[in-house]
This record gives sequence, structure tokens and C-alpha cells, in this order.
Amino acid sequence: MTEKMNNDEILLSIKDLEVNFYTYRGIVQAVRSVSFDIKKGETLALVGESGCGKSVTAHSINQLIPMPPGKIDNGEIFFEGKDLLKLSEKEIRAYRGDRISMIFQEPMTSLNPVFQIGEQIADVFRTHHGLKKDESWERAVKLLELVKIPSPEKQARSYPHQLSGGMRQRAMIAMALASPNPGLMIADEPTTALDVTIQAQILRLLAELKTEIEMSVLLITHDMGVVAETADRVVVMYAGRKVEEADVNDLFENPRHPYTLGLLNSLPSNEKYRGEKRLEAIKGQVPDLLTIKGWCPFENRCEYATDICRQSFPERTELSPGHSIWCHLEGKYE
Amino acid sequence: MGRFILKRLSLLIPTLLGVVTLVFFMIALSPGDPARVMLGERANKQQLEALRADLGLDEPLGVQYGLYLKRVVKFDFGKSIKSGRPVMEEIKNLFPATIELAFFAMIFATVLGIIIGVLSATRKNTWIDYSSMVGALFGVSMPVFWLALVLIMIFSVSFDLLPTGGRMNVRYYFEAITNFYVVDAIILLFREGDPKYLGSALKHLVLPAVALATIPLAIIARVTRSSMLEVLKQDYIKTARSAGIKERRVVYRYALKNALLPVITIIGLQFGLLLSGAILTETIFAWPGIGKWLYHAIEARDYPAVQGGVVIISTTFVLINLVVDILYTIVNPKIRLQ
Repeated sequence: MTEKMNNDEILLSIKDLEVNFYTYRGIVQAVRSVSFDIKKGETLALVGESGCGKSVTAHSINQLIPMPPGKIDNGEIFFEGKDLLKLSEKEIRAYRGDRISMIFQEPMTSLNPVFQIGEQIADVFRTHHGLKKDESWERAVKLLELVKIPSPEKQARSYPHQLSGGMRQRAMIAMALASPNPGLMIADEPTTALDVTIQAQILRLLAELKTEIEMSVLLITHDMGVVAETADRVVVMYAGRKVEEADVNDLFENPRHPYTLGLLNSLPSNEKYRGEKRLEAIKGQVPDLLTIKGWCPFENRCEYATDICRQSFPERTELSPGHSIWCHLEGKYE
Repeated sequence: MGRFILKRLSLLIPTLLGVVTLVFFMIALSPGDPARVMLGERANKQQLEALRADLGLDEPLGVQYGLYLKRVVKFDFGKSIKSGRPVMEEIKNLFPATIELAFFAMIFATVLGIIIGVLSATRKNTWIDYSSMVGALFGVSMPVFWLALVLIMIFSVSFDLLPTGGRMNVRYYFEAITNFYVVDAIILLFREGDPKYLGSALKHLVLPAVALATIPLAIIARVTRSSMLEVLKQDYIKTARSAGIKERRVVYRYALKNALLPVITIIGLQFGLLLSGAILTETIFAWPGIGKWLYHAIEARDYPAVQGGVVIISTTFVLINLVVDILYTIVNPKIRLQ
């Protein structure tokens, strides 16, 4: 995967990230030894079920995990060669919203209801670049135009409740782009709360913006359809750990981790709609992250599990360049 | 916005009519005969009837109500039975004192209450939070008359810093213009260039305003805290943080404007309550306000005075609520459209 690539192409590099939540019930092992890189202009999808640690991983990048109870106990996060975890609160804040921005799942609740959307976008410019009021407002209007909001001048003066869900998500994206030099956009389930036609529009918009502005996207989703449509590369997570990483085509054509296989089998398809095939579910439940045992966390749900799976955490197996799995079976099962 | 205010203003008329009507019938139906009160035990029947006729009390209730409405529209509540002076004139003298006191008490309560509320919300479960919330609990539980006396003992008796009561140093020759003494003192400051009136007016305000402010202050602090805690959990706060907005700005601009909505309602209600007269505070600080006056009017069955006082206070209460509603639309854009 990353070793053979030219290093200065890499925008973000996460190494051995470990995040815990110290709760009254005990230590929740939210993220364990997760590493991956994002290249410039690339879209990396972080995929997994709810609670698999994908959001925590993403929020670790700009350190928006609630601390306490959360704590990043180990790891390094290099952004353009600088370890973000070593920065002070003030230094990391300079990255937030400027070089590293975020969009969230709920466009209904993610915009402040008592400020005009133009004002909310303009404030980001003012915060990072000390622009004057009217100049930052002009920039905000331009961004609304960029994300294809009709009559941006007028819409900049509207409040979130006056916009539809899709328009709000566009406004969110505009806000995330409020920088002369956006580097990484973290999109946390950006289309989950939208209906399907709007989903497609937003995804198309993101793809267009990416080519227009040189920007990398970290896409967090549980929706394999969204992954297929937008991602260049995919990291699959399960119970706080990476289980598979591959280029998007590799992953869909040749998924090698039993969990990834299960995820893809649980997607609806035409045959399934026609009743020729059953919609399959992965049996069992996600393990409680409070009581992770010392071996492969997928073992109890895996139909191929053997004794070796209960001995230790699996090491990385590189199946082909850029395609790795973390599985004791090393992809050898049928 | 303009249309909203107009609509609210037109709603004012039925509200006020309701208030005026309620006041009339409550007094008409309450026991006790004003003529008897005025003339005393020994008055004979003819004297009583003559006075009743004079006051219009011998008319049927409906007619009385009609006459009453006609007068109320002109803010004419007749003469006080006790003092013989027009009720409106007495109110004009006394109500400004109450408004002034309530206003300063509310400013103090609002500013400090919001600051304490925000601080305890942003420092939840720290000693700042605990001590201010325990303090707020004391604030609502403490009897005002007791606190007032303690304040007088400390600041007037022991340290001799502030006066024990009244509105102005009695040795000053001071003729009220508007009866809002602070306003009058500012006018005098410009007219005569002497700041001593303003100093004295403000000095006299401090203790009663602080005593009066404790309960609203405590309530505002608690409401601000819980409202703020709720708002800080919202997604848009996460958005603001993820956009690199400074934490101070996130709290005092992005969160506070949302958190203020319920606080504004409370401020309006509390302000209205203070205006209806703080009998205890006014009594202890010898503050010539409407609360004490109204209390004595009720005691003496001075019906014109009670009617006038209650109508004016209720009208002010309704007007304050109107202001609150308008403020609400300024803070909350969602309401403006409905």
C-alpha cells in the first residue's frame, strides 16, 4: 500500500491510532491500531457498522472527540508531514475549517438555526483569514454559487429552516469549503439523512468539487452504494480495527475478508428483489467494545472461524499491491 | 417583522379588555361596602345611600361596568377614597419609583444571571458550577425581607456605605420631573452640571435593587445553565468547532443566542412580577412604590385605587410581554415567518 508511493503525494497519514473512552462502565476500546494514508485528491471511504470506530477515527484527525471521556492514547496523525496530535489546541484550531473541514450527517441540525447561512460561512473566513465583513460575505455567496444553490445572493440571507435538506447539505459543504486552500474534507455520513435522489445530487456535487478544487475526501459511511459511486480506496473497519483495505474495484470484485464479504452480501440487488436470492444478514452481534478479547473480534460471527482465530489478533496480509486484509485465514477459505 | 408587531398590537386590545373586565368584576363581587368603610360604623342609612349614589354604586352592575369602561379608556379611575386625590395622579407619582427599582434589579439579575449560567454550563461539574448553583438555590430560598435587613446591617449600619432607604438624600432640594429619579438626576446634571443628584439616586438604588434581584437572578442563572447545556450538545455547535471557530465565540455567539430563547421568556415574566410591586422590599427600604400603596388600598377597600392600580400594573405586564415577544422574533428567526 503506502510504502512504495511517493511520500510527498500523501496528504494525511494515520499511524497506529488508538482511542479509548474512559466511562463509568470501563474502558471502551473505540479504535485499535488503525493506520491508513490519504493521497492528495483521493477519496478514501471508511466503511463499517455503527460503533465500529469510523467516526471516532475521523474525529481524531481534527481532535473533535469529546475529551474526556475520550482519549487518544497512541498513534500519530501526519497532515502534510506535521503530527497533528502534537499540536496545541490553538494550533489545531487553525487547521479546523481551513485545511481540514467536516460535513455531518444531519443537515437539519448541523447548521445554526439562528444565523443566516451566509453569515455562518462568512464567519469561517473571518476566523481564519481576518477578512472584513463584506468581503467575507461576498466569498460566502460565491461558495453558495459553487455548490449550485440557486440565487445564492438571496439564499445567503436565509436561515437554515427555510432551506430543504438537500440545500442545507449544500450549504454545509459550502461552509466546509470556506478556505482559499482546502486540503481534506471529512464527510461523516453526508448523505445518510437525505432521500435517494438528493443523495445522488450531493454525491455528484462532491465528485465535481473534488476535480475543481484539489481536495481529498475522507468519506465515512455504512452505505456500500455510496462507496461504489465515490470512493477511490476503501478501508473497512470492524469493532475498532481495520479488517480490509483495497482499491474500490478490488474490494467489490474480490472482497477477501469474511466481514467485507458479509457486508457486500447484505446489499440488496436485482436478483434479491426478484426473490431469486435471499437478502443475507451477518449473523450475531457486534462485540461490546468494553470487553474485547485478545483475538479476532469477528471470530464469533465468522462462518469460517477456526481455532487459530481465537489465539491472537490477526496480522496484516498483503494479497496484492494495495489490497490487504487482517485475517488469520489470509483469504484462503471457500 | 412590521406586520408581526402590528398583529401583536391588535391582539393587545382584547387582552386588555379582558384584564379591565376581570378587575371590575373581582372587585364588584368581593365582600365589603366601600361606603361603609368610608363613613365608619356610625353612619346612618341615608348617609350611606347618599354616598353610594355619589360613587355610582347604587346603579345596576351592568351600568356601573359601562361607566367604568368609559372612564378607564381615558385612564380616569376617579378619586381615591382614602386620600381624595385622583387615583391616576397617585399612580403617576408612585409607579415610576417601582419601575425604576424593578428595571435596575432586572438589569443586575439579567447580566449576572446569564454570566453565571453560562459559566456553570461551560464548566459543568466543577467547583464553579457547584458553588453558583448552590448560590442560586440560596437565592431563590432566601426570604427577601431577611436579606434586605442583612444588607442594611452590613452596608448601611456597619460600613456606612449606602443609605438605609428612600430614593434621594433628603437634604437635597430636588424637584422630580418625571419621577424616574435617575432620569431626573441626569436632566439636572445637564441643566445644572451637578452630579450629586445622580450619585445619590444611584446610591439609594443599590441595596433595594440587589435585594429585589436575588430571586430573578437565581432563576435566570438556573434557566441559562440548563438551556446552555442543552444547546452545547447540539450538532451545530460541533459544526462551529469543526470550522475552527474559537471556543469563546462558539459559546458566547453560536450557543448563547440559541440558549437565550427560554431565558428571555423568564426575564419578561420576572420583570412583570417585580413591577406588580415588591411590597416587602418597598416597605423595608422606605421606597415609595406602587406595591406598598396598593397593599394599603386593598386593606382600606379603596376601590378606585385598587382598580386603577391593578389595571395599570396588568397593562404594563401585558406590554412587557409584547416586548418579550418582539425580542423573541429578533433572536429566533423561525417565529418571524409564522
